[in-house]
Amino acid sequence: MTGVLTAFVGSVIEAWAELRIHRTRVLLSLIGVAVAVAALTSVVALGNIAQQATIETSERSSGRPATLYVSAFTADGSAPDAAVMDATWNEALERYGVSYASRVGQQQLSIQFVDGVSPVNATLVDPPYGTMHRVEVAEGAWFSDSDANRLAPALIVNDIFYARLGSPDIRSHPTVELAGAKPVTAVIVGVTKALPYEEQPSMLMLNDAYTRLADRLVQDAAYPSYPQYEMWVPPGISTELTARLQSDFSASLGEGATAQVNRQDYAAYGDDPFQTVTLVISAIAVLVLLLGALGLVNISLVTVRQRIQEIGIRRSFGATASRVFFAVMMESVVATVAAGVVGVMVSIAAVTSPWVEELIAQGVSDVPPFPVEAALLGLAAATVVGAIAGLLPALVAVRVRVIDAIRY
Amino acid sequence: MNMPFLELRGVGRTVSRVDDRPLVILDGVDLVVDVGDRLSIVGRSGSGKSTLLNLLGLLDSPTQGDILLDGVSTAGFSARRRDVTRGRDVGFIFQQFNLLQGRTALENVMTPLLYDTGAAFWRRRAIATEMLERVGLGHRLASTPDRLSGGEQQRVAIARALVRRPRLILADEPTGALDIETGEVVMALLDEIATASSAALVTITHDPAIAALASRRFRLERGALAAEDVGAAAPGSSTSALPSSVERGGAA
Repeated sequence: MTGVLTAFVGSVIEAWAELRIHRTRVLLSLIGVAVAVAALTSVVALGNIAQQATIETSERSSGRPATLYVSAFTADGSAPDAAVMDATWNEALERYGVSYASRVGQQQLSIQFVDGVSPVNATLVDPPYGTMHRVEVAEGAWFSDSDANRLAPALIVNDIFYARLGSPDIRSHPTVELAGAKPVTAVIVGVTKALPYEEQPSMLMLNDAYTRLADRLVQDAAYPSYPQYEMWVPPGISTELTARLQSDFSASLGEGATAQVNRQDYAAYGDDPFQTVTLVISAIAVLVLLLGALGLVNISLVTVRQRIQEIGIRRSFGATASRVFFAVMMESVVATVAAGVVGVMVSIAAVTSPWVEELIAQGVSDVPPFPVEAALLGLAAATVVGAIAGLLPALVAVRVRVIDAIRY
Repeated sequence: MNMPFLELRGVGRTVSRVDDRPLVILDGVDLVVDVGDRLSIVGRSGSGKSTLLNLLGLLDSPTQGDILLDGVSTAGFSARRRDVTRGRDVGFIFQQFNLLQGRTALENVMTPLLYDTGAAFWRRRAIATEMLERVGLGHRLASTPDRLSGGEQQRVAIARALVRRPRLILADEPTGALDIETGEVVMALLDEIATASSAALVTITHDPAIAALASRRFRLERGALAAEDVGAAAPGSSTSALPSSVERGGAA
């Protein structure tokens, strides 16, 4: 036991002394490894961040996998019977045990701001919509089930809307007037960050609340009054469920109307759409690392040949072959791990710098943090490269013929 | 009967060549080395001196005959056991000193202790310091080889060879790179320290004056080892020459 301990401690001491004495050479070769690790880590991290950002953006707009959309139209262009649609929809939710579902409608409502009345786009939703579309409420809270029954309807507005009200404290229950035949006072319960492409005020309102007040408000006739139906279901059952919903709705609506059920989330077409990007990024990273490793092997081989005499001397004083092998290997690993740490730190500094963040995460409100797996991958790669680069010189070192080496 | 520390029995070493007959480097060498012995081996270049040194230091294996260590044949030793035995029992001193460049005198002397597994490993700094003090270099602990004179470097090498208290010291032309006076001082020191730790000293040299310091002298010629000047009184050694233990191998 004590032999193993002293052998390990001894090898580390030898490796450290070797690195200390050949600082310049070690430093030069390690710059290559550090650059390679920094490149690998950055590429993986940037890829992850970009992918995460893209996924989140597309989930916000078209839902999480798998989101099924139901819509219907008639041959003569009139709206299908809303009551029939609603009834069929509620039946379907119950029958298939779907808990995340929302009707989604669009309406333009007139809002009384201090500087006059402005039309504002309102999205009419049911409470599960917030989870289904990853809506992040920056201030206040998402709709609760009881919000549908409030006399003063609850609104969630974007921060452009909120800024036009002068950004009052959300805890003071700020109100706003919806213009119409009989104006309605609404309470703002939450504020979201505007999406990157949004430049106008917008708001979210519960379907049920709107339906009760619809006849009192100014409406834009250009907007269809019937909603679209969305449900979030496990991807595994989405294909089968699509077919069933299709036949359920077709049966309910009867002749003359057509129901459409389709899936529109980013993963709708089976394969992970980011697979190609991931593959390309990985291939580049591996190439970069291979180049770094080749440089290291090259330098290690040259130096081990220079050190044949030293290895011979060590052997003559009782260093076993395995000890020499381990010590040479250890030098490489100790050095590359150190370089890997530096490379990962450089990468973190680069990727999280404001300039790169702006470039890569364009149009993303929340840039994901530096991925831990990228840092771990960088360190693991550095260790593996060190071991591989150390293997060849270590094998050469073990084959040294002691007396020939000493008399060299 | 007292078992000799190291014994060579009919040892031969041949090297096979691709398009020629095998080359005989050593042939039928018999030799007994005991604790405290002082041996010198002289011979011209190409006479097989370094091959004999390799065999004595367990760096090479004979192709004929056997080498016994404490009466045990080393033929069956694993590579690892040979290395461990060498580290424990053999100390090398080389003509070109062969100190590790860039390391201080202290680090050089500590090197063999890195391959120790016991308390000596953990106490290596104290042990090496004490050893350097014994060779008169207590004031040069932090000097690197390029800042030491030839004599000082060889004294560091002596300290390094003896720091694990080996039973056998193999000195390969230890004064070859030194002037005559320094060489004499170094040899006197080597003898003194070897005596103090009761180690056997085998010196390979082609300098007759250095060879004459040993109590048992041998000449190596065309791969055969012969005792020399057997009856002469050896200076500076209490060990009696044992002519009967040295025999010429009969095989030609």
